[in-house]
Amino acid sequence: MSEARNDILARVRSATGGAEPDYAERYAALPREYKREGALDFEGKLQLFADRIHDYDGVLHTCGKDQVVATIAAALSARGKRRIVVPPDYPEASLPKGFEFVWDHELTYEALDQCDGVITGCTLAIALTGTIVLQDGLYQGRRALSLVPDYHLCLVGRNQIYETAPEAIQVLSRTGARVTTFISGPSATSDIEMTRIKGVHGPRTLEVIVIC
Amino acid sequence: MPTAFNEKISQTLGNQKLQLALYAGTGRLVEHRKHAVAEERLPEYQELRSHANALKKHTIEHLDHYLEQLEANVQAHGGQVIWCRDAAEVSDFVLDLAKRRQARLIVKSKSMTTEEIDLNERLEHHGLEAVETDLGEYIIQLRGERPYHIVAPALHLTRYDVADIFQEKLGIPNETVIEKQTMIARSVLREKFLAADIGITGANFLIADSGAVVLVENEGNARLTTTAPKIHIAVAGIEKIIPRAQDLGVFLKLLGRSATGQPLTVYTSFLSGARREGEIDGPDEFYLVLLDNGRTKLLADPDKRESLYCIRCGACLNICPVYRKIGGHSFPWIYSGPIGAIITPQFLGIQHTPALPFASSLCGACAEVCPVKIDIPKVLLDLRAGVKEGPGKAKSDWLERLGFHAFAWLMCHPKAYALMGRFSRLAPLLNIGPLRAWRSQRDLPAMPAKSFRQLWKERG
Repeated sequence: MSEARNDILARVRSATGGAEPDYAERYAALPREYKREGALDFEGKLQLFADRIHDYDGVLHTCGKDQVVATIAAALSARGKRRIVVPPDYPEASLPKGFEFVWDHELTYEALDQCDGVITGCTLAIALTGTIVLQDGLYQGRRALSLVPDYHLCLVGRNQIYETAPEAIQVLSRTGARVTTFISGPSATSDIEMTRIKGVHGPRTLEVIVIC
Repeated sequence: MPTAFNEKISQTLGNQKLQLALYAGTGRLVEHRKHAVAEERLPEYQELRSHANALKKHTIEHLDHYLEQLEANVQAHGGQVIWCRDAAEVSDFVLDLAKRRQARLIVKSKSMTTEEIDLNERLEHHGLEAVETDLGEYIIQLRGERPYHIVAPALHLTRYDVADIFQEKLGIPNETVIEKQTMIARSVLREKFLAADIGITGANFLIADSGAVVLVENEGNARLTTTAPKIHIAVAGIEKIIPRAQDLGVFLKLLGRSATGQPLTVYTSFLSGARREGEIDGPDEFYLVLLDNGRTKLLADPDKRESLYCIRCGACLNICPVYRKIGGHSFPWIYSGPIGAIITPQFLGIQHTPALPFASSLCGACAEVCPVKIDIPKVLLDLRAGVKEGPGKAKSDWLERLGFHAFAWLMCHPKAYALMGRFSRLAPLLNIGPLRAWRSQRDLPAMPAKSFRQLWKERG
C-alpha cells in the first residue's frame, strides 16, 4: 500500500504545490474572532447547563455535598429503578441503601442490558451545549457502560462545569489520547417522518446531578 | 439532457406523496436551522463561518503536511493508516483483512464516503454481510435504495413505507407506530452489534495533531460500531482533516446547527487508535483508510477546490428550491442537492453529467446557508462554462445564443420591449417544440390581470 501512499501524496503536492514552509505561522495567523472563553460565574453556568439539559428532555438536580446519596436515592426511586450498574472504582459509601448495585467487572453486554440503569461520574461538563464528557477516567467506567443500559445518571462536580466547548477541548487536550465521548442528551433519532424518538441504540433517559 | 435524469425528475414531480414528504421534511430542517443560528442564539455565527472557511482553506492548501502529521499520530496510538487511490483498493483491503481474520459480519454506521465507493455491494458480492445500523440507513438498505439525503437518508419515506418493508423483510406485520418501529430496529441491530466481527464507520473529522477520528451522531450506533467488534475500520476522504483539536469547536458549533438545528449532536466521539492497555472496551485493531477517489483531481483546480471544504451538513439541500422539488434520487450519484451538483461532475467527469450544473436557478440560497462558505453558485457557473466550452458542445447552442441576442436587443429598445411585454401575456398558451419539454417540469406563475406597466401608468 505504500505505493498508493506515495502516489496520493505526490498528487496532493502537484495539485497544491506542496505545503508552504511557514505553515505554522500561517496557521497561527488565522482569524479567531469567535467566543472561546466564557464569562459566566458558577450560578450563571449552572442555570445555562440546566436550561440546555432541559431542552434535551433531560433532568438536572442540584444538591450539596452531604446530600448526594439522598439525591441519588430520590432520582432512582422516582423512576422505579432497582438494579443499577456502577463503574468498578465507584465507592460503595456514595451509594444509597435499598437498591441492588452491580459493579461492572467486565460484565457481558447481555448482563449490562439487564440492568435498569447506570451511575457514572464525568471528566467535565459544558454548560452552553448541555454536554457531559466521559473518558475512561475516574468513576466513568468503560464505553459500553453509558451506552447499553436504558437509563444514565451522571454526577457532575461544581468545578467540572465549563461554559464553552473550546474551553473544554483545551482542558481535554491534556488527556486527548483517551477515547472521549461528548454526550448531549439521550440517544435519539428523527429518521422516520422527522419524529423524534428517544433511546435508539443508547439510553432513553439522561439525568444529571450537579454537586454544588 | 440525459433522459434518465429527466425521467426521475418527472416521476418525483408527479408523485404527490413524495412531494409532501420532501416539502415537510426539508421545511422542518430549514426551520430548525434558522432557529439555531438566529442572532440571539448564536451572535457569532458569521464569524464562525468565516473562521471555518479560513481553516479549511489553510488545511487544504497544506494538505500534504497535515496528512503526514495525521499518519504519524495514528501510528503512534497503535493504529494503521491505509492509503487508497480508489474504491477497489478500499474493498480489496477490507476483503483481505476479513479473510485473514475469518470475519463474516460487518456492522456499519452511516457514512457517505462508503456510499460513494459502493462498499456494501462490493463486500456482499464476496459473501460478507454488511449491515447499516443508523435507523434511516437500515431502512433504505432493507429497501435496496440509496440515501435520499446526506443527513436524513429516509426523508422520502413515511411510517407506512417502513411498516411495509419491515413486514416484507423482517416478517413483522403492520407496525405503523414510529416508536415501536424504532424499537424493532433496535433489537434486530443489537444482535448484529454483538455478533459482528468488524465495525466500519466514516469520519466527520480527522485531527492531525492527535490522530483522532471524530464521529458525530445522535443514535449511538456509531458508538456501538466502534465499541463492540474486535476491529474498527474508519473510511475517510483525505479532505476530512483539520489541524488541531482546538479547531474542532468551530466546526462542531456549525455542523449540528446547520444539519438539524442542534447546538451539538447527542454523541461526539473522539477515537484514537485501538484499545489501550487497561481499557476493557474498544477494538483490538484500528485502521484508518484515507481515500483519494478523485479528490486530488478537485484539489488541482484552484477555482473549484473549495468544493472540498464541505462538512456534509445537508443545509444546502434543505434550502434548495430545486432539491425540494426533484428530491435526492433524481440526482445521478449519492451526493444530491447543490453540493451534489458541484461535486458529482468533478468526481465523475463533466462529460458524464453535463445536465447537472444546469439543474439550478442560481438563487444563491445554498451559499447563504453553507457553514463553511462554499460559493456553490460560482462553482456551478464555472462548471457550466466547462460544458459550453468543452468538447461536445450542447446542441441547442445556436438557439440559446439567438435567444440572448434577441433579449439584448429588446433591452435596448424600450418600445419593442413594451410590445413584447404585452405579447408575453400569451406565454401560457405557447406549448410547442422545445418549450413543451421545458414546461413539462415547470409551472408558469399565473398571469396577473394587469401588467406592472399598466399599474404604473394608472398611478400617474
